[in-house]
Amino acid sequence: MTGVARAVVPGPMSAGGALLSVANLRVEFPTRRGTLVAVHDVSFDIAPGEVLGVVGESGAGKSLTGAAIIGLIDAPGRIASGNIFLSGRRIDHLSHEALRAIRGREIGAIFQDPLTSLNPLYTIGRQLVETIRTHLPGSERDARARAVALLEEVGIPAAGQRIEHYPHQFSGGMRQRVVIALALAAGPRLIIADEPTTALDVSIQAQIIQLLKRLCRDHGTAVMLVTHDMGVIAETADRVAVMYAGRIVEIGPVADVIHRPQHPYTVGLMGSIPSIAEERERLTQIDGTMPRLTAVPTGCAFHPRCAQVMPRCRSERPELAAAGATRAACWLPQDAAMANR
Amino acid sequence: MTAPLLELRNLARVFDVSPPWLDRVVSGRGRVLLRAVDGIDLVIHKGETLGLVGESGCGKSTVARLIVGLYPPTRGSIVYDGVVVAGEGASAPDHAAQRRARQGMQMIFQDPYASLNPRWRVAKIVAEPIRAQAPATPAAELDRRVSAALEQVGLAAADGARYPHQFSGGQRQRISIARALTTSPSFLVCDEPTSALDMSVQAQVLNLMRDLQRRLHLTYLFISHNLAVVHHIADRVGVMYLGRIVEVAPTRRLFREPLHPYTRMLLDAVPDLAMTGTSRVAVAGEVPNPLDPPAGCAFHPRCPLANERCRCERPRLAAPPGANDAQVACHAVQEGRLPPRPVLHTVAAVH
Repeated sequence: MTGVARAVVPGPMSAGGALLSVANLRVEFPTRRGTLVAVHDVSFDIAPGEVLGVVGESGAGKSLTGAAIIGLIDAPGRIASGNIFLSGRRIDHLSHEALRAIRGREIGAIFQDPLTSLNPLYTIGRQLVETIRTHLPGSERDARARAVALLEEVGIPAAGQRIEHYPHQFSGGMRQRVVIALALAAGPRLIIADEPTTALDVSIQAQIIQLLKRLCRDHGTAVMLVTHDMGVIAETADRVAVMYAGRIVEIGPVADVIHRPQHPYTVGLMGSIPSIAEERERLTQIDGTMPRLTAVPTGCAFHPRCAQVMPRCRSERPELAAAGATRAACWLPQDAAMANR
Repeated sequence: MTAPLLELRNLARVFDVSPPWLDRVVSGRGRVLLRAVDGIDLVIHKGETLGLVGESGCGKSTVARLIVGLYPPTRGSIVYDGVVVAGEGASAPDHAAQRRARQGMQMIFQDPYASLNPRWRVAKIVAEPIRAQAPATPAAELDRRVSAALEQVGLAAADGARYPHQFSGGQRQRISIARALTTSPSFLVCDEPTSALDMSVQAQVLNLMRDLQRRLHLTYLFISHNLAVVHHIADRVGVMYLGRIVEVAPTRRLFREPLHPYTRMLLDAVPDLAMTGTSRVAVAGEVPNPLDPPAGCAFHPRCPLANERCRCERPRLAAPPGANDAQVACHAVQEGRLPPRPVLHTVAAVH
């Protein structure tokens, strides 16, 4: 770690040119014992055609951030504050009906388990046609033709016949292709993909990632890729946001975050992932676990697990600031930058 | 190389997944058999970690369950420490020699939420293997061994008084490991022990397993679908495809010079941090239906090197030309038809 803060600040927080702009998002869950804040002051932009990876361990708030954008937070959870803009239009305070028109039409969603995303009682053709006709004008015949074209595009052989089949007649990888076809049905500009490859085998995972990348390139679709798998992020994303205990602790271009991480959590996380490219006697270990939402430590939430903790970390919470080529919420690079000035 | 601790000889397990008798009669169809494990030979040496990898449905968990005796084999036999513990030539399960051999094995399961009884305190969970093997163990001795086991895995002896729901996923997996260690086994069968855990917690458990292995001279069969984890922990690796072993080799050789086309395909599909910005080799096709596996080499429909022989003759696991520490089941390798593998992306230091 050089500790030299460069003037490069990727991803300015203005809405200019951004397809999606999330500012100071806060998601709360009121409970009998008080309010739990699951997503804390989260801000990021996604440019058209960009893939933003959001990575973190269970409970970090990554899936909830995605759910907040598409308006799918289950009650009693709610967006307590913050704004979400899609192409400059504010969408976080819209009614259910208005949000339903945006979901599918402008934002597509892909979830982890393709089996639960599809209705087992309807043929995939019927589900595709219904989605297409809900969002796009045109006759049943047009919609059907589009459905077949979509299935061909996502690589389902004999699409004309397969369209009459039910979800259970497809393998796991093929089902996830159908789900991707559904997400693309109305030509959205943004896709929220929540662990899209986690339930799949390695060889199928590679196929699905390549498919996603190709589709985004061809259509200029932006993707928010939520996953715990750094390998998938490394291959797919342009930028990556690392979340910890409800906050973004580091965000920046994917190669910088992976090879020159600045936040001690990101550093530990990268070291904890075994790789087939190197041999190590021991993996880097971050002791302890992520705090529960009921007991988030004061100051920097990572300080009880941090090997480089300073007195200041226990009381004062660092904000995201330029550190190396990324932005990190940590006093360490910020102090180093001050010292070098 | 040290003496073999466990030997699987032509081991097979067939499940009858036929529809009910009446349905079969009405539809005029016969029985449906799933060959989950279809004749495998495998040796695990004392003190080593053998990684077993493969995609879902390839039979790797069935192998684990056969070894610990949760399923009886349909064919073949399992020899542990010189004693036939299951299959052809095995003595009755209550035979003293077999009991003693079996007591040397324990198993760690994938899901630390499902494998611990939520109504039992941790001390009772951890003591269960001792009570099963030696019911006459005095209470004081039991407590002492439970405390020792909990401390061995980095928990406190006082944690024995708590219930599983009071622990995180990683701590629960430590409890599973403590339970497996209470009877001082020499061989642990670990079926995806870290797959349900978060990244940083996975590293903690993998480090713990390695420390315990060094300290207690344990032998592991480590089953995982995650090649990077297996690369980290295993000394040798076996690759399974549709109920058969297609390649066994020392870890370094397998990852540097994979021979079987399926192993090559799997390695090319692994997403890796060092490969930022590179795209993986597209892999064609999916695992065929295990109820109706292809004839000959089960991999031939997806194999770029398949020829007529591959389509009809099942290849046998044998040492490839020029490498006597590896075994591979592939006609192309044995006939020298295998093209050299393009040099993979240069290894970049992650740190």
